[in-house]
Amino acid sequence: MNTLEIAKDTTQQGNRPTTQISGSQAVLEALLGEGVDTVFGYPGGAIMPIYDALYDYNDKLRHILVRHEQGGIHAAQGYARTSGRVGVVFATSGPGATNLVTGLADAMIDSNPIVCVTGQVFAHLLGTDAFQETDVINITSPVTKWNYQVTDACEIPMALAKAFHIARTGRPGPVLIDITKNAQLQLFAYEGYKPCHHIRSYRPKPIVRKEYIEQASALINQAKRPFVLFGQGVILGKAEAEFKAFIEKAGIPAAATVMGLSALETDHHLHVGMLGMHGNYAPNVLTNECDVLIAIGMRFDDRVTGRLDKYAKQAQIVHLDIDPAEIDKNVKTAVPVWGDCKETLPLLTELVESREHTEWLAHFRKLEQEEIKEVIQEELNPTTDIMTMGEVVKILNDLTGGEAVVVTDVGQHQMVACRYAKFNRSKSNVTSGGLGTMGFGLPAAIGAWYGAPDRTVVAIIGDGGIQMTIQELGTIMQFGAKVKILILNNEFLGMVRQWQQLFHDKRYSFVNITSPDFVTVAQGYGIPGRSIRERKDLKQALSDMLAHDGAYLLEVMVGKENNVFPMVPQGSSVAEIRLK
Amino acid sequence: MEDYSMEKQEYTITLYTENSIGMIGRISTIFSRRKINIESLNTSPSEAEGIHRFTIVIQETEDVVRKLCRQIEKQVEVLKAYYNTNDEVIWQEQALYKVPTSVVTEKAPVERLLRQYGASAVVIRNDYTVFETAGHREEIDALTEALAEYNLIEFVRSARIAIIKHSEGFHKKLKEFEEAEPAAEVVENRYLDKQDKVFTM
Repeated sequence: MNTLEIAKDTTQQGNRPTTQISGSQAVLEALLGEGVDTVFGYPGGAIMPIYDALYDYNDKLRHILVRHEQGGIHAAQGYARTSGRVGVVFATSGPGATNLVTGLADAMIDSNPIVCVTGQVFAHLLGTDAFQETDVINITSPVTKWNYQVTDACEIPMALAKAFHIARTGRPGPVLIDITKNAQLQLFAYEGYKPCHHIRSYRPKPIVRKEYIEQASALINQAKRPFVLFGQGVILGKAEAEFKAFIEKAGIPAAATVMGLSALETDHHLHVGMLGMHGNYAPNVLTNECDVLIAIGMRFDDRVTGRLDKYAKQAQIVHLDIDPAEIDKNVKTAVPVWGDCKETLPLLTELVESREHTEWLAHFRKLEQEEIKEVIQEELNPTTDIMTMGEVVKILNDLTGGEAVVVTDVGQHQMVACRYAKFNRSKSNVTSGGLGTMGFGLPAAIGAWYGAPDRTVVAIIGDGGIQMTIQELGTIMQFGAKVKILILNNEFLGMVRQWQQLFHDKRYSFVNITSPDFVTVAQGYGIPGRSIRERKDLKQALSDMLAHDGAYLLEVMVGKENNVFPMVPQGSSVAEIRLK
Repeated sequence: MEDYSMEKQEYTITLYTENSIGMIGRISTIFSRRKINIESLNTSPSEAEGIHRFTIVIQETEDVVRKLCRQIEKQVEVLKAYYNTNDEVIWQEQALYKVPTSVVTEKAPVERLLRQYGASAVVIRNDYTVFETAGHREEIDALTEALAEYNLIEFVRSARIAIIKHSEGFHKKLKEFEEAEPAAEVVENRYLDKQDKVFTM
């Protein structure tokens, strides 16, 4: 490729050889400079110069043409979650950019490192209500960690360098760079790509203070009933090993948030389950009985805490987080440990005494038995003919051995998958936690596969959510992501129906949703599939799905009016969790 | 653990930021998202070259103000956010009043009022005169109210500007920010040196 040699300009800039390249080429050079290999995107008028330049970069950058920009950004999120790298999205101005907003909000609240490049109308047309012009910077500023509009090509290398630095450091998040068409076309003297490592107004990492660590370890060493809550911060900090070393030495039971799942293998003897509204019984109840609560890389979301004024009031709280704004935001902390948990956890491990809280751990296991008896047994081994979501997940676990990446959409199937899926490896749970974005599952699974192409990626999706972004089957058809699509069809918008049943006198208001013949739809996209209604076919069907070399769609008809339990009803304390 | 005051009072928030386009929008949405009214907002250069200074006044509890400042500091282009109660700052607002010149020349109480409030004339014309005064809001409001009885034609008051009494300025901090390694001051732990308060078990 000789695109960089179009016009060597050695007359300017003293002796330094510079090259005239277009803003569009500078964008692509920046991506290469950042080690990007995959871009999810959709072309359009205002981003055509970048797509024109992309034509010459085909051998270095893989571009996945999605079917909708929302699908593009969810795919980038899935890619970021399984690869631990920055997901990159291209979209055009106007509707292209506004279609990104849901994904930006999702990535913002779930701390996904994303860089979006959007085209914009010519700079001289800004503010004239030009064709496909929207004020993308202002629309996206509440849902981006940073955004910036480029109107001159000279700004492009620095803007992209800052974008990548900001997206992946500190608490990661989405960044959007809006580039006017004139800047994409403009030729400028290019001096090579320089990554950004420091922005004076941006402090991604607070320095770790020994005092916090000492105070925290003293609290932990005095504790009789310590309890660890871990979130996605452990995964984002790549601190899974440090985390495990800490809980193992201190002998502390640990429960995951939805986003923290897979940071610790499900079978670990100190893993006591999932927190939250549909989490496990023991960790919810015992949150209100522990004496020291150690929160690591989690943010005390309302779905985790339930009623705040009755949340862990008896406990001293130690909060490890990289984002100072999270400390004391929802729950008052006794010791704030600001910093990257990759650094703070080993320091803490060094100072904590080696312990085994056998009796306290047994308390968790005793309550777990109650949950098994009241909920889990029947969910995983139903005594009726009606299939449950739980038994599907259980057989999936048996077949994958916990090695698969499990991507979910949002709703009942999501909670069931998070509750019962087995994870042996980190970065295996991809779900929309904070925003609860229906339609996330299918595109995120596509991205998840590109982020970890050697792994089995299973997208568990409800009959409602799949219909929100079903067009992305076209992306699979064209580019061949080997995604296993497992639709758990209960012929209802199940989670809303469950709430209507429990809290609205069973007044089922618009939760009855009809579906197309998903297998035929998949066939239309060249994706093989099968639909089953009977338990006798379940294991073989799942096995066939996993064995197929390529994308596959399996629809399982499950019980129409099954509910997800346990449940902490909204406005209740975590200790008031209902088993039925 | 000490709790923050739960009573709403006036706070002055002082921000040091980069001077970039869109900062006002990014900062104002942090308030509007939480349905908090900004009572006054001033932006200006600061003592440090190239650094912009925001002065924002709101009525809130300390707990809320502290959280707002953390959220504001999280913005990539904000260097530092401070909040202060009224007794911790020296503050002023400026006001301009347009009154008919005839009222000033013919009505003795008006002249007295203007002297009393230290207002000075900016423009004097045959038809109207413009006065300016600076001070605390209460003083400005009182003069406005008084002048309203004398055909006050036009009135405008500026946003608050405030100097923090105990501040040493931003020059030294800016140097720390410019260093590649994070400085210790970036976050302050209110429990440091308060070991007794932490261990209540």
